[in-house]
Amino acid sequence: MSARPATAPEKRPARGHPLAGLFWRIRGLRVGSLLAAPLGWLGVVYLGSLVVLLIASFWTLNEFSGLIVKGFSLDNYKTIITEPVYRRIVLRTVSLAALVTITDIVLAFPIAFYMARVAGTRSKGLLVVGVLMPLWASYLVKVYSWRTMLSTDGVINWLLDPFGLHVPTSGYIRVWIVMAYLWLPYMILPLYAGLERIPNSLLDASGDLGARPWRTFRAVVLPLALPAIAAGSIFTFSLTLGDYITPQLVSNTQFIGNVVYANVGVANNLPLASAFATVPILIMLIYLFIVRRLGAFEAL
Amino acid sequence: MPVSGGTKWILRIGSAITLAFLYFPLVVIGIYAFNTTRVQTWPPASLSTRWFSDAFHNTGVRDALWTSVRVGLAATALALILGTLAAYALARYDFFGKESVSFLIVLPIALPGIVTGMALNATFTQILHVSLAVWTIVVAHVTFCIVVIFNNVVARLRRTPASFEEAGADLGAVPRRTFVDITFPQMRSALIAGALLAFALSFDEVIVTTFTAGSTETLPIWILSNLQRPNQLPVVNVVAVCVVVLSIIPVYIAQRLSNDPVTAVGTVTDIPAGPGN
Repeated sequence: MSARPATAPEKRPARGHPLAGLFWRIRGLRVGSLLAAPLGWLGVVYLGSLVVLLIASFWTLNEFSGLIVKGFSLDNYKTIITEPVYRRIVLRTVSLAALVTITDIVLAFPIAFYMARVAGTRSKGLLVVGVLMPLWASYLVKVYSWRTMLSTDGVINWLLDPFGLHVPTSGYIRVWIVMAYLWLPYMILPLYAGLERIPNSLLDASGDLGARPWRTFRAVVLPLALPAIAAGSIFTFSLTLGDYITPQLVSNTQFIGNVVYANVGVANNLPLASAFATVPILIMLIYLFIVRRLGAFEAL
Repeated sequence: MPVSGGTKWILRIGSAITLAFLYFPLVVIGIYAFNTTRVQTWPPASLSTRWFSDAFHNTGVRDALWTSVRVGLAATALALILGTLAAYALARYDFFGKESVSFLIVLPIALPGIVTGMALNATFTQILHVSLAVWTIVVAHVTFCIVVIFNNVVARLRRTPASFEEAGADLGAVPRRTFVDITFPQMRSALIAGALLAFALSFDEVIVTTFTAGSTETLPIWILSNLQRPNQLPVVNVVAVCVVVLSIIPVYIAQRLSNDPVTAVGTVTDIPAGPGN
């Protein structure tokens, strides 16, 4: 590893352990010894597992013995592509991820804008904590709470009843509502940070040139906020793709995650589960590629 | 941008509605914990604290809580070491492949949790042939806790100039002395904040955990398996409220310590590393 210090001290220490001198002379050794453990962990445990996942997706299940055949076959991928049920589940999951992302962008904008450009220092601090706490409050408890709220005897029906309305019965819509709720703070916080970075002078210039607030918003604020929106959307998108517990608790509708979980558990078809788990990876890679073109990584 | 008085009020009301939306489900579950009857209808007919003592004496809850605490402490300790080392290397040195290293650190939270869970499950059961237990949960949790520590420490190191460390070395301090007297005190509160957040993340995690736990029950898994039993719901409600409180307190303290709104969720990179994936 060729290393040059960015800001690291160049001075060799005056005294100390004999090996210390060696470490200070060879910079690569310094970086290498710092990174050995974390990279070893992430490289071996995490990347190694992802490779295993990929290999396992080419295995098959012997239907008669129920044993895993560790060979190479594209059968699982063929099944995913040709089975209409699986194709529908993949499309349903991706469309949900897009819908949740758009919903969260719309819901996040007013509060993020208020936090970034209107609120005073004190209320800004309070609002950040106010958004952070529900983000960290137990995920499972939030889903469980929605399960009770959306039930027939739940609080939402109680509130809607006077208007002659009732909770949606469509599984897709129920999951959409809950996931839009769950991932909203993940959109608000990056968007707030992005809006706060916009220099006042640009907004003033737009006003000086005669643009009304709405025009300034559309022509200046929105394009400058796009990288932040893209950054937040990586999370709303990825979290939606991987969540199988929300659909399980508030609906009977199947999404990618449910198929993976069912196959690794009840159906005991680990190869098919592995192949299905590579679908979100592929979708995320495509998504990250698109988002990079929008400049999300420059905002990162 | 000059925001007019009217627009300001619209934004203020919009923000208030959004906040109310974010807290509403937490308040509802908080009220249900005091519900006297076993049936979950709204509004609760009467309120009592009877289920709190039931939950406290429930051995399943106690065992699961103890497992969660052990997993959280072990995962946090390991992630603290690995995340800090990585943060120091990336904040203080330039080297070939730096971008790839930071991408690798963020990857476990950028990819859906089900991918991490499934990949580790396949590795444990098919390649290593080990039975899933507490330690396999710890391995899984460390993987996504590293980024939380990393984000907090790297943000702190970027704000504190290396010149202090250089001055220490110039004045003849050996590396260990420089670390103990200069680097560590600068990082201390970021380390504590990162550790609290990592613990909260591990304490709450359920998706990756379901793939790596086998028959071991952490507190979220206990909740998940008891949701199917209507008789247990009053106790589940109490446990749920305790879990929320227990996960919010570390986050509140971490937020105070790190003194930087963005680092508490995530980061320099604007990536909110939070629970749920």
